[in-house]
Amino acid sequence: MRQTQTPAARRRRELTYAVYLVPSGALFVAVILVPFVMNIGISLTTWDGIGSPRWAGAGNYTKLLADGDFWASFGHNVALVVAMAIVPAAIGLVLAAALFDVIGRRFGPRTASVLRACVYLPQVLPFAVAGIVWAWILAPDDGALNETLRAVGLGSLREDWLGNPKLALYTVMGVMVWVQIGFPLVVFMAGLQRIDPALHEAAEIDGASWWRRFWYITIPQIRPELYVVLLICTVAAIKSFDKVYILTGGGPGNATRVPAFYSWQNFFEKTQVGYGAAIATVLTLITVVLTVVFLRRQARAEEANR
Amino acid sequence: MTVMARRRTPGSYAVLVSLIVLAVVMLLPFVIIALNAVKTPAEYSSHGPLSLPKGVYLQGLKDFWERVDFGGKLVNSVLISGSVAVLAVVLSVLNAYALGIGRVRGRVSIMVVFLLANTMPQEVLVYPLYFISKKAGLYDTRLSVVIIFTAIQTAFGTYLLSSVLSAFPRELLEAARIDGAGRLRILWRVVVPISRPTLGVLFVFFFIWTWNEFFLPLVFLVSNENQTVPVALGVLQGQKMMDATTTSASALLGVLPAIVFFLIFQRTLTRGITVGSAK
Repeated sequence: MRQTQTPAARRRRELTYAVYLVPSGALFVAVILVPFVMNIGISLTTWDGIGSPRWAGAGNYTKLLADGDFWASFGHNVALVVAMAIVPAAIGLVLAAALFDVIGRRFGPRTASVLRACVYLPQVLPFAVAGIVWAWILAPDDGALNETLRAVGLGSLREDWLGNPKLALYTVMGVMVWVQIGFPLVVFMAGLQRIDPALHEAAEIDGASWWRRFWYITIPQIRPELYVVLLICTVAAIKSFDKVYILTGGGPGNATRVPAFYSWQNFFEKTQVGYGAAIATVLTLITVVLTVVFLRRQARAEEANR
Repeated sequence: MTVMARRRTPGSYAVLVSLIVLAVVMLLPFVIIALNAVKTPAEYSSHGPLSLPKGVYLQGLKDFWERVDFGGKLVNSVLISGSVAVLAVVLSVLNAYALGIGRVRGRVSIMVVFLLANTMPQEVLVYPLYFISKKAGLYDTRLSVVIIFTAIQTAFGTYLLSSVLSAFPRELLEAARIDGAGRLRILWRVVVPISRPTLGVLFVFFFIWTWNEFFLPLVFLVSNENQTVPVALGVLQGQKMMDATTTSASALLGVLPAIVFFLIFQRTLTRGITVGSAK
């Protein structure tokens, strides 16, 4: 039917649908597009947020490239990508396969879903709350972790977990793994249900071990989910302002500062708004590139499946 | 699956035990927090965080509740998250109707732009939004946060819902049109009722995500009476002014709503999936 429509009719039909885009189109322009463009504009100026901005060209960006503090914060963010994307995805894969293959099949799906829920719980918590819990457990004097170490006779291992500049980043990484593993687990378990059980059965008859089947069947089959998880978790790691604000405030010194936190400091503490805007623009560029690369890969994979 | 594979071997028990240990480790922080939130400060200072509480002491929770006006913070959080969830679901449906069912030209690019808008760091929007909201007299109002997050959540909802609705059964739309229903009527009477499970899941997601937001609410809600639960707790934590039992009381109060959402979320998600598969 649709093929017989004239171009004019088609245009009219599209217009009657396009009307539905108007309300959120307007909202989108006001809340996202205009501020985004303004931020790029601000990043090309020197501005304290009060007077009038002075044109600085690419000055903020050249400053950024030479700023050791920025690169240090960038390095901390790479560490958080490891803790929030790579480690949770790896653990999540093994856990999902174990829950699905072993627990779900031999101890019933109820057991599997209860265990999954326990691991997922930190994901529904506001990080502000999870952060308070952990800061309290990791407190230097009478925190639960140090008290436990003392109780089991390992008192010499007690540490100021979040206050020691050499340790703080690793401590934050550990907390992030706890927060994050539930997400890959849930996504991977959903993905495993797609896999044709005949593949596993055939391999089993051929005498393939569980690990070989995991490596040669499960992982390749679940690749789309793996990409989604890695993208979403990496983007989440880039947005770790709240984690740093609550656990360490970027400290001790600058030991756990990440670019998101650094840009906030420039905006609201140092009132170097232009420089803060430049950091934010660079961060956005990174997430946009990651997202586009991901969408490309996804589109190509879908094409290949067709 | 063969009978052999279903047998509970010693190896499978080992897997079960290690997963139970993991689940306990995941839950342990919550247990410790709950135990210490009901201790008296004296009990805490003499026995430390690991002892079992001698009785249930609720004064600490009550004091904290009153000190930070926790009830008011809950109202703010519910108001903001609820409004955002409703508005963002409505706007996402309108967009997805045009993009997924109407197949408006350029829809792929529009969807990609929406997805990018949702994934970009909020740091890139914060200062201009701060500046604009001050000029517009919206700074430090709950309305400013509702507007901003409605836009951000709609961006994601549009992306998700458009791909869901592009698989909407065409026969139903045709049938409704032959019956003489207009665009709006088809949306309201056909598309929305059939997509209700998905919309429910989307609503729950939007609500929880908005509830958990920290960065923009921290910047925009500076006065005490406008703050949400996470912002109020985060600011208190940053000031390092709370003793150990107050801290655990604050954490317990922060955890409880999340547990409620978690149970609702489990239900909605299971129901959403069952309805989807029954179709």
